[in-house]
This record gives sequence, structure tokens and C-alpha cells, in this order.
Amino acid sequence: MITATDLRLTFGKGTPLENPALRGMSLTVNQGEFVTVIGSNGAGKSTFLNALAGETLVDSGTIVVDNVNVTKLPTHKRAGRVARVFQDPLAGTCEGLSIEENLALAIKRGQRRGLSTAVKKQYMEQFKESLSSLNLGLENRLGDKMGLLSGGQRQAVSLLMASLTPSAILLLDEHTAALDPKTAAFVLELTTKIIEDQKLTALMVTHSMKQALEVGTRTVMLHQGQVVFDIEGKDREGLEVKDLLELFEKQRGLSVDDDSLLLG
Amino acid sequence: MLSEIAFYGAVETGLIYGLVAFGIYLSFRVLDFPDLTVDGSFPLGAAVAAVLIMEGWNPWLATGSAVLAGMAAGAVTAILNVKLNILNLLASILTMIALYSVNLRVMGRPNIALLGEETVLTPWYSLDLAYHQVPVLLFSIVILISLILLWRFMKSETGLAMRATGANPRMARAQGIATGTMIILGVAVSNGMVGLAGALFAQSQGAADVTMGVGVIVIGLASLIGGEAVITPSTVVRALIACVVGAIIYRLAIAFALNADFLGLQAQDLNLITAVLVTLAIVLPGVRSSLVSKLTRKKA
Ligand SMILES: Nc1ncnc2c1ncn2[C@@H]1O[C@H](COP(=O)(O)OP(=O)(O)OP(=O)(O)O)[C@@H](O)[C@H]1O
Ligand SMILES: [Mg+2]
Repeated sequence: MITATDLRLTFGKGTPLENPALRGMSLTVNQGEFVTVIGSNGAGKSTFLNALAGETLVDSGTIVVDNVNVTKLPTHKRAGRVARVFQDPLAGTCEGLSIEENLALAIKRGQRRGLSTAVKKQYMEQFKESLSSLNLGLENRLGDKMGLLSGGQRQAVSLLMASLTPSAILLLDEHTAALDPKTAAFVLELTTKIIEDQKLTALMVTHSMKQALEVGTRTVMLHQGQVVFDIEGKDREGLEVKDLLELFEKQRGLSVDDDSLLLG
Repeated sequence: MLSEIAFYGAVETGLIYGLVAFGIYLSFRVLDFPDLTVDGSFPLGAAVAAVLIMEGWNPWLATGSAVLAGMAAGAVTAILNVKLNILNLLASILTMIALYSVNLRVMGRPNIALLGEETVLTPWYSLDLAYHQVPVLLFSIVILISLILLWRFMKSETGLAMRATGANPRMARAQGIATGTMIILGVAVSNGMVGLAGALFAQSQGAADVTMGVGVIVIGLASLIGGEAVITPSTVVRALIACVVGAIIYRLAIAFALNADFLGLQAQDLNLITAVLVTLAIVLPGVRSSLVSKLTRKKA
């Protein structure tokens, strides 16, 4: 379980560019939930995920992951509990290292690293098995450099890496946005499969309202650094994009800028 | 042509600079950390080893202490960068400048002669080998052991974490790697290698001198880049072999250039030649390694 309470974060405090990105953001995600996160550009979605991961520290508020207060911990000390896949397919892997070396890095996520060989024989079966589930033929290319793979393949491997060891939460920030539509669909399908098979708890940012309603068990909309609505279960079933927009207008009394909310 | 003695002399120095190239590979290549500390840690290693040998220490213990001194110097540079957020290049320049004073303090004077002292080479001279072959044999063994140790380290969990730190720090952090610690460890090990090179150099030349570090960084870079042009560094072990090969080729090339009377070159022209060679290696197409592209991209 992950609980964020009253998170506040202002970029460029005390400068003319002062920008409050999180303004009292609170959200509790229960074990096994798959939450899709939507919101217009600049709503604070990435900032929220970065705050959960530790990449940016919040000014105030608390973040508790599996009963541990991680609010002040840097990224690497949270990594055992928080797994993530970045938007940029190049960001989640090391192109100069081989596929097996990347996986070997991920299998030790959040654990002590010693002086024993990183790529161990006993990992091989697990690596091959999980790679073959991608149906990309990568199980025969374990020694290939990551840089030889396409963006979609790299993103698929990033997903595998994030799910290789257990975590309290998996953070996905528009992880299909940089891919072509067909590859994006493949990676999204893979995402839902991995999350369902391994019963992961996940938070997925997407710019497509349609996608946000189609996958996951719960949908949260952020606006100006706060949660403006949060629907799940019966309320969420059968909901359509236009219902979401209406819901948003009703809640905030303002109209959504259609340009900034992709109606994909 | 080179005389046999000049040939062995060039290989001997090449082997020592192979160690320097290992260090530079670790900082510039693996960690993407342009580190100029080596111009100070090389004479530091020489100074520490020379002083301790003069004190009557076992020469291997003295050499080991030189490695530790080099590591400490590297750690200072990395800490300036990681903890105090000083730009890496500037941090290394600060340490390098400071080391000039430190080295004078360590030695108590600008140079120390080791003539007649027991060095790591002494016992090896009883072997049935020509005088000029002995250092080549011993330094070959030292560099082989260093290469194997470094290679095993790079393949270890910690070594892999260090490579990830240099290649993609954001990803490394997300995998739970303390990137700051990795940088400190890596730059320390890098300068430990250079300290070792300085210690061996002083013992083979029979003297330590505060000015002996000038240009070490450029010679090391020349070895690294030259080696990569000959052996594509597609794996860690190839990259390490490239360092050694590059350093030996470089020293042989220099020896030939100085030996060719028609060129009219003298020993003091060495740094100029090196700078020209490094520039050519960076500019000439075909030898563009990713280090090279990194170095030129900074300018653009
Ligand atoms: N490092 C930073 N420095 C200054 N301002 C920032 C920084 N990161 C984000 N911001 C600002 O914080 C606000 C929230 O940005 P954030 O990236 O979280 O939005 P987002 O919801 O992810 O938007 P998008 O849909 O465009 O990805 C924006 O106004 C943005 O300009
Ligand atoms: Mg964003």
C-alpha cells in the first residue's frame, strides 16, 4: 500500500518563475490496484510520480510505502519498493550494456551489490523465460547490446526489468507515448498482462482518456497539483470519455481545454 | 631503427602508462567523469613510494601505500564533485593543484634519487635476463594482474553498477544504485591505478620528481584513444587490452620519432608531440570512438 498525504511542492520558490506543481495532493493506492492517472499538461502528473520515486523531494506532506515513511529518502533508497518505467524508451536501460547485464542490474534492484559476478548462471533460466514471454525472440539475444534494440523492444525490456523483482508499486509515466501506435498497443497489452499476472500495484499516467478507462481498476484525474476526481468499481464501469469530461467540468466548474487533454 | 635497449625502454614505460590508461578508462570512459587529478596522483604515487623506500620500507609495501595515496587523492576529487556539487573537471583541477603542494611536502624537496636503494625490481635482477629486460618482465606481470582484477571487478555486481552509473545515472538510481558512492569509489580506484604507475615509474627511473606528472593525463588519453583505434573496445576486456596496447604503441612511436635524426626532435618536444597526436586522433575520421565523440560534443 502506498499513501501520499497533502504533498506540496513549488518549483523556483521565491523567484518570478515560482510554480506550485503539487498543491496538497493526497492519494492512497491499495495493494493490487491498477490506477490510471490523467490530467492536462502541467497538471503535476510527472511531478507526483517523481515525488513518489524520490527523484524530487516534496516541500511538505508525507509519503508512506508499505508502512515505511519514505518522504525524505533519495531515489536509490526507495528503489527496492518503487519500480518505474520512463516515458523515454532510452532512459530505462543502458544501451552500452548487454540485455543480460541490464536484466542483472534489475534483478538486484534495491538490494546490496557485492563482488560476485553480476550475470549469474542461475539467472539465465528466469531471464530467458521472461524474455520469451515478449515474443520478440530476445531470449536468443541475451548477449546483444541494448542499443541494438528498437525503442519498442527496449520499452518492453524496461517493463520486464521493473517487474523482475517485487515492489510495492510500479510507476509508469506515459511509457507508451514515444512509440508508434502499433508498438504502443503492444507495450500497453504487455503492461496489463504483467500487472494482472503478477498482481502488481501500479500507477500509470496516460494522455488518452479512452485508455485510462479501458485498462486498470481505478482512474484518477489531477488538475493543478491536486486530485479532482477518483473513480473505481461500479461508477467507473461503462463510463465514456465524454462522461469524464462532464464529471471534470462539474467538479471544477470550469471547462477543460480540449487541446491539452487528448481524447485518444 | 631503435636499439634493443631503447625498444625495451619504450615497452617498459608503455606498460607503466598502460596502468595510467586503465585509470583514465575508468574515469573518462566508464564513469563519464573527465578527471585531471592524474597529473597530481602520478607524482604523488612516486613521492610516497620514494619516501617510504628511503625510510627503509619494503618496496612492495611502499608501492601499496602509493596506491592508497592515489586512491585518497581520487576520492577527494570525487567528493568535491558529489558532495559539494563542484563541476567534475574543476574539482579535479583543484585537487591536481593542491597535490603539487602536497607532493612537495611529502618529499620535503623537489626530487628524491633512489639510486642504490632496494626497489621492487631489485630481486628480479638476479634472474638470468638482460638488465633492460627485467622491468619489462615485472611490469608485464603487474599489468596482467591489474587487468584481470579490473576485468573481474567490472563484471561484478558492484562493477556493473558503476558502469550503469556512468552510462545512465537516472536509470542507475532507479535500480537502487547509490550513484554518488559509485563515482567516489570509481575515481578513487582510477587514481589508485595511477598512483601505482607513479610508484613503479619512480622505481624504474631511480628517482621521484614533483614535475614528473606534467602531461600524464594527455599521454594517458593518447594511449586510450590510440588503443581504441587499434582494438575496438566492444567489451570490457577488449577495452582494457586496448589501453595497454595503445600505451605501448604510443611509447614506441615516440621513441621512433625521437630516434629519427632527420626529424630533429628532442625529448623536451614530447608534450607538444603528444598534444598534436591526441588532437589528430580526435579529429581524424575513422578513430572516432564514443569517447572522442563525447569530447567533441562538449564543445558544440
Ligand atoms: N524541474 C522543474 N523545474 C521547474 N518547474 C517544473 C519542473 N518540473 C515540472 N515543472 C512544472 O511543474 C508543473 C507540473 O509539471 P509536470 O511535469 O508534473 O506536469 P504533467 O502533468 O506531467 O504534464 P505533461 O502531461 O505535460 O507531462 C508544470 O507547470 C511544469 O512546468
Ligand atoms: Mg508528464
